[in-house]
Amino acid sequence: MAKRSNEPFLWLLFSAGGVVAALLIPIQLFLFALAFPLGWLHAPGYDQVLALARSLLGRAYLLILCILPLFHWAHRFRYTLYDGLQIKHLNELVNTVCYGGATVGAIAAAYLIWRIP
Amino acid sequence: MLRYTEYPPKGYRVRVSTYWWTGRWAYLKFILRELSSLFVAWFVLETLLQIHALIGGSSAYADFQAFLRQPVVIVLNVISLFFVLLHVVTWFNLAPKAIAIRLGGKRLPSLAIAGSNYVAWVVASVVVAWLVLRG
Repeated sequence: MAKRSNEPFLWLLFSAGGVVAALLIPIQLFLFALAFPLGWLHAPGYDQVLALARSLLGRAYLLILCILPLFHWAHRFRYTLYDGLQIKHLNELVNTVCYGGATVGAIAAAYLIWRIP
Repeated sequence: MLRYTEYPPKGYRVRVSTYWWTGRWAYLKFILRELSSLFVAWFVLETLLQIHALIGGSSAYADFQAFLRQPVVIVLNVISLFFVLLHVVTWFNLAPKAIAIRLGGKRLPSLAIAGSNYVAWVVASVVVAWLVLRG
């Protein structure tokens, strides 16, 4: 019997991450990286951001916002390198860097979100 | 029996240039769409740095806000927003090809599926903006 591929599982993570990235990243990026730093909108203060982030819902939201898009990146970037640069001989390395990087990022995200006071 | 192999079989092969995707607009658009993932990763990194600053207290948070105001960072984030929006449009427009919903024996039209994705996007954006901005 052929070895069972983990491709469907990785694709599922890619797909779920793609949905999260599409739905939530534009507004997050617009507010926190452009509108607030440039003074277009009144930025919420430290206490207010902390209150939003530390709630159970806030932590769950941040966990989803960070972890799923990381695996979306891993899968898509792996194939970008595969198709774009034709570095098939480096397949193993590319896979390790992409999925390994996403896993390390996910662990770091979980740790940081858990540490929010 | 035919078996899937990751590489094409040995034999005659036409060499494809590493820069094959520069030749046509459709190819370039494909590569730009694929590169959007790099900016998704940058956004996650930025968010993690923001959480790290939040843990560090109000002065660390203020330092991070100053970092976000640097022109280089602003430019990077403008480019990131462009790529993320490219991801949004390409993702939602592809959704009808991935999701086949049948209602009463007929396939739901592409416009309905893509449209509902855009509606969900607007709703999610409004909810996030309201939560953050309500003061």
